[in-house]
Amino acid sequence: MKPLTFKESKQLLFAPIIENNPIALQILGICSALAVTVKMDVTLVMCAALTSVVALSNFFISLLRFYIPENIRIIVQMTVIASLVIIVDEILKAYAYEASKQLSVFVGLIITNCIVMGRAEAYAMKNPPIRSFLDGLGNGLGYSFILIVVATIREIFGSGTFLGLQVMPDSYPTNNFLLLPPSSFIIIGLMIWVIRSISTSQIEEDENPLKTHTFKPLVAKKEASNG
Amino acid sequence: MAELTSLFVRTVFIENIALSLFLGMCTFFAISKQVKAAFGLGLAVIVVLTLTVPLNNIIYTYVLKEGALSWAGLENTNLEFVELITYIGVIAAAVQILEMFLDKYVPALYNQLGIFLPLITVNCAILGASLIMVEKNYNLIESVTYGFGAGFGWALAIVLLAGIREKLKYSDIPEGLRGLGITYIIVGLMSFGFMSFGGIIL
Repeated sequence: MKPLTFKESKQLLFAPIIENNPIALQILGICSALAVTVKMDVTLVMCAALTSVVALSNFFISLLRFYIPENIRIIVQMTVIASLVIIVDEILKAYAYEASKQLSVFVGLIITNCIVMGRAEAYAMKNPPIRSFLDGLGNGLGYSFILIVVATIREIFGSGTFLGLQVMPDSYPTNNFLLLPPSSFIIIGLMIWVIRSISTSQIEEDENPLKTHTFKPLVAKKEASNG
Repeated sequence: MAELTSLFVRTVFIENIALSLFLGMCTFFAISKQVKAAFGLGLAVIVVLTLTVPLNNIIYTYVLKEGALSWAGLENTNLEFVELITYIGVIAAAVQILEMFLDKYVPALYNQLGIFLPLITVNCAILGASLIMVEKNYNLIESVTYGFGAGFGWALAIVLLAGIREKLKYSDIPEGLRGLGITYIIVGLMSFGFMSFGGIIL
């Protein structure tokens, strides 16, 4: 394989942010994107945890890719990912105890976060370690990008603060709609709309395109039978 | 018994695992285009959850919990740090065994579930339910109820979403929202709908 050029590595790193975003296009890793976006600081911890797990798991799985038997690869990948998550979990418990309490089960759920599994299966099993590491880092950043935008909107317009500091004037009422978890679905939905308006290649095919003038012949037929 | 019933109702409606706790979302979005497929997947999730949550409960109570190994003479051992890897191992093994069992004895169901069974291993709803079970300190009987209820709630949610998406085929959606975008918004609205169960006191 050719040596990794600067341009290529930039492509690997930044393509997943807008062009091929894991959350907005690949339908990967949605679960945790919703529950952890009320407060910015918790979101940042989650993003850092996930990005480091994806990048490192891609790196290690790619190193092991010639030794992993085809039949049991899922379990081997799981073991690598689970070990990394345990390390992250223990580090968080030691150095960011408050955040790890608020994230509760979601740190553990990084194991089953489909971004990690999906990238391991789709990319790291076929590519050399450094590329895989960059690919993992890029996808982690793509995930973080969506989460940070959602968390920013929810924290500023929801509770009027940013990273715990007050940014809105005192007269700003708390917007409970944005503080409720389901609002992040709607924010992500609208973000997809924005992203797809910019890069139109992501627009999905219309399964049942509406035909214009569908009813005209029908009306004509009815009139004919009446007459 | 009344307590178990209320736990079941709470798990299905108030703390619905898909629409209130947002677990298992990836499969929830990916495989909800048709009611039939959604139903098959829902069924598989019910079976796997009812099996793995109690199994993990037993392992947690007798092996992993702090001081749980006292029956083996190891009072001071705390194995909680291997919790995650144990649960995922148990889940992967249970799914594998279930798959072989169904293939041999209930081929009709096996064919209906098809590809969904192995997919379930990486569904966060399964691991999530086990972790929540540990966090809430359920005993064995409660964990059976919780596992079944969580699976039932998830299945209910995905079948409902698939029903809506089937109807959606006939509507004229703005280009950029088509497909995934509108699905996010629908799930958001459904989730608000399920929040209305939140006020119920059992």
